[in-house]
Amino acid sequence: MTTTGRSFVGESVLRVEDEALLRGQGRFMDDIDPVPHARHAAIVRSPYAHARIGEIDASAALELPGVLGILTGEDVLALSKPFPAGVETSVPYYALANGVARYAGEPVAVVVADSRYIAEDAAELVMVDYDPLDPEEIVVHERSLAYGAVDEAFESADLIVRGSYEFPRWTGSPVECFGVIADWRGDGLTAWANFQGPFTLHSVAAAALGLRGSKLRLITPPDSGGSFGIKSSVFVYVVLMGLASRKLGIPVRWTEDRLEHLSASAHATGRRTEVEAAFASDGELLGLRYDMVEDVGAYIRAPEPATLYRMHGSLAGAYKVRNIGWDARVTLTNRCPSGLNRGFGGPQLYYALERTIDRAAKQLGIDAAELRRRNLVTEFPYEAPSGGLYESGDFAGGLAEALELVGYDERRAEQAAGRKIGIGIACIVEPSVSNMGYIMLAQTAEERAAGLPKSGNVEGCTIVISPLGGITVQLATTPQGQGHRTVAAQIVADKLGVNPDDVEVLSAMDTSTSAWSIASGAYSSRFSGAGAGAVAAAADKLAVKIAAIREHVGEEISLRRVAGMCHWSPESLPEGMEPGLAAIAFFGTPNLQPPDDDDRISSSASHGFIADVAVVEVDTETGGVHVLDYVTVHDAGCLLNPLIVEGQVRGGFAHGAAAALFERIIYDEDGALLTGTFLDYLCPTAPDLPDPRIAHRESPAPDLPLGAKGLGEGNTMSAPAAIANAVADAVGLDELDVPLTSPRVWEALQR
Amino acid sequence: MKPPPFRYERPETLDEAVALFAEHGDEAKILAGGQSLIPLLNFRLLRPSVLVDVNRIESLALRDGDTVGATVRQRAFVGHPLVDLALPYVGHYVTRNRGTVGGSVAHADASAELPLCLVALGGTIETSHGRRIAVEDFFVAHFTTTLQPDELLVSTTWPQAESVGFSEHALRHGDFALAACACAVTVENGAFASARVAVGAVVDRPSLLDLEIVGAPATAETAREAGARAATLVDPPGNLHASSAYLRHLTSVVVTRALEASL
Repeated sequence: MTTTGRSFVGESVLRVEDEALLRGQGRFMDDIDPVPHARHAAIVRSPYAHARIGEIDASAALELPGVLGILTGEDVLALSKPFPAGVETSVPYYALANGVARYAGEPVAVVVADSRYIAEDAAELVMVDYDPLDPEEIVVHERSLAYGAVDEAFESADLIVRGSYEFPRWTGSPVECFGVIADWRGDGLTAWANFQGPFTLHSVAAAALGLRGSKLRLITPPDSGGSFGIKSSVFVYVVLMGLASRKLGIPVRWTEDRLEHLSASAHATGRRTEVEAAFASDGELLGLRYDMVEDVGAYIRAPEPATLYRMHGSLAGAYKVRNIGWDARVTLTNRCPSGLNRGFGGPQLYYALERTIDRAAKQLGIDAAELRRRNLVTEFPYEAPSGGLYESGDFAGGLAEALELVGYDERRAEQAAGRKIGIGIACIVEPSVSNMGYIMLAQTAEERAAGLPKSGNVEGCTIVISPLGGITVQLATTPQGQGHRTVAAQIVADKLGVNPDDVEVLSAMDTSTSAWSIASGAYSSRFSGAGAGAVAAAADKLAVKIAAIREHVGEEISLRRVAGMCHWSPESLPEGMEPGLAAIAFFGTPNLQPPDDDDRISSSASHGFIADVAVVEVDTETGGVHVLDYVTVHDAGCLLNPLIVEGQVRGGFAHGAAAALFERIIYDEDGALLTGTFLDYLCPTAPDLPDPRIAHRESPAPDLPLGAKGLGEGNTMSAPAAIANAVADAVGLDELDVPLTSPRVWEALQR
Repeated sequence: MKPPPFRYERPETLDEAVALFAEHGDEAKILAGGQSLIPLLNFRLLRPSVLVDVNRIESLALRDGDTVGATVRQRAFVGHPLVDLALPYVGHYVTRNRGTVGGSVAHADASAELPLCLVALGGTIETSHGRRIAVEDFFVAHFTTTLQPDELLVSTTWPQAESVGFSEHALRHGDFALAACACAVTVENGAFASARVAVGAVVDRPSLLDLEIVGAPATAETAREAGARAATLVDPPGNLHASSAYLRHLTSVVVTRALEASL
């Protein structure tokens, strides 16, 4: 039935999003004005990391002309419930601090005024009586799991390699910060927010507000100025501004500024990992033991402690070792609560694992590339010991291609000739499309048995064809710049035999009118696996109907004619056929089961592969790291749009290189945030970042409808390890931790 | 990140501006390029009651050879051999479009490149009081100069130099320097005949260092020795990202590299 005779999926179709963005015509949170006379909020935030909150005196603030009112912890306690989270905790989390502030920057009160200027003036006049407390650290979650025969593996080892690795807190730094417009009317809340998907967090917000789902209408504007995971935490402010609107009886809008963002949006968890790796003398990796301590900040905020479990199915990465011990603790600290950030658990895991492999190579006297080659998974599909299903791939081929591209042997020869360069490798599997059940691993099998087994990753899509044949696709995937509209148009064009230009794709999302599910949103690189699947499923439904009508008519009538029949003359349709021409479809990603009784889970629907090689030169005078070359070979299955793929890979790499060389959130011992502006939080810009060389191999995902795996996060996971390995190789030191800023490298060289 | 309330004045002439400062003194701040002032206002770290926008004063925007009007944009200040080396390190492309030469000098950030170059060159600062201040008498400490509260910087004069060098190390492109060095030297018969070597960021104001190299051979070896001596002449406090020991060491690196570049 294809009338264009072309397949657009797989082509570098130009992004439909870009013209508006480049012309400044994007519609971001601050561009929309959906409710007349929304007033402006400013938030009073705790200057202390830990303090008892006494009296809040707002009298001077309320006297300022233009101030409409204030919301405090007492109001929030009366009007809302604590946010539910994945593990029990004695520290309830509300949208405002209640009685005790637990991190510097925590919201303590909201002032609403005629303008943001007045609101900020008033916020300064709110007198809060703080009684500082000592910082505290509370273990809120602890699990110990083992797969295979771990002790035996270590007993039989010729060499046990140990290392301790600190992956610091960091963040995503979207250009656009959080934004919310809240309009409480009657018994429900309508909120506009640059949220990155309703996901499970719509339910969390509704629970806190005491609303049934349909009474919390969440609308996402068409464009988002980036998120990288961070904006999943906007839901807290949806609740906060919703309560302010409810109390004051007026619509309220709030735009987060950069100071607020860096101190109180969300950080990626900081993690310390102790690794032990058991090797045979021939380099076979026999066993792994991890001991992880994860800092989630002041509260355990949904979906945490998910960072800890996101990678659980692939704890051994790309390696075929079968014996893995895993101990982990999650601690509350007096720091900003953690949340999603690109890579989500992957950078933390692979940093520890891949640095260990390099360390082992040196101790074994085996080349670091060769040691990896000997241990890579070779048979597919492969079921990892902790449950991950690596459905397809050629890991050894990917590594060989990366080594070839970078000129590995030549670089090693340069090194041998005395040039002070370093070579670092990272081989990782890149998970995509999270299994909604992996967080259940935070419970024991017995605890899980009591509740609804959770798994899967469902996405929805709506396609409507108008009486004149116009095609409109309504996504529920809330893109943040990834180009979902472009790719959806390619998919629908192929299915319906039209051009992508003929397909309008709406990215603005409305939980009351869009077809969405518990997994909807943009995270865990899920569009190519889940979102695209839903688009294809909806288009397939229409294609079947259109084909049936054409068959009934007996000729290849135009789509416009088909649409006309469906809308104008339903009696001309095949008998019993529903009139109209629209489809809602849901797609559930395959291969996702709940955790089994042995705590095994395929934590993601799909697993791609990445082999990276970094070549660096260190200026030993300044400690400056110069990345001479960076090669990354991806195998993410079929590429839906190579142009968009390149953007995604470059973005993921920038994020990872930033973690390797620049970014770290620093608190002092008292919990004061020392990196509260971009002066001290070293978010790099384009001139600071190396230019990666990218190559692709395509092992199709056999169980996904378009054969495409996710690929937006992989280099964020691999680059910190690859670059750190290269620097360690260049200077001959293992005791280095990211970020490798020039002073830190120089200090290490002096030890 | 919104500034507290302030009054905004936009004089058309230098005389009007001078009158406003005579009236408001300390309470007034000059708005030139705004690349330092506006963030400080938005952070509420500065709370002037009056902002005097000098961007409409045409006489301040002129350049006459080596004499550069206060509101000449940084991006337009090209053609001086030392400044050409340093300008790429001054903030970012977009901040240089708006930031002014006079604003940078008057702001007196100890890590800023333009004040550092002015010191290395032995330039002068011309003011609304008719004063012509030698640069050695201008910078007092971080963000502090010998300008009176009601005195405006009108222009700066940048002498030419025979051989120049510049070196800086920062954490990121466009960041404030961790250490920077600018130098202007003359070489006769293979030896340094004169040398003005200034360092920034590791001192509380851009400062000339006496490295005792006049008469020494103009070689990389001398540059290294001068660098080592420079490190003994500064005592930089550490900061969040860099220790005092690192900054002292870095001083020797930038001095060595700037001098080498001048050869």
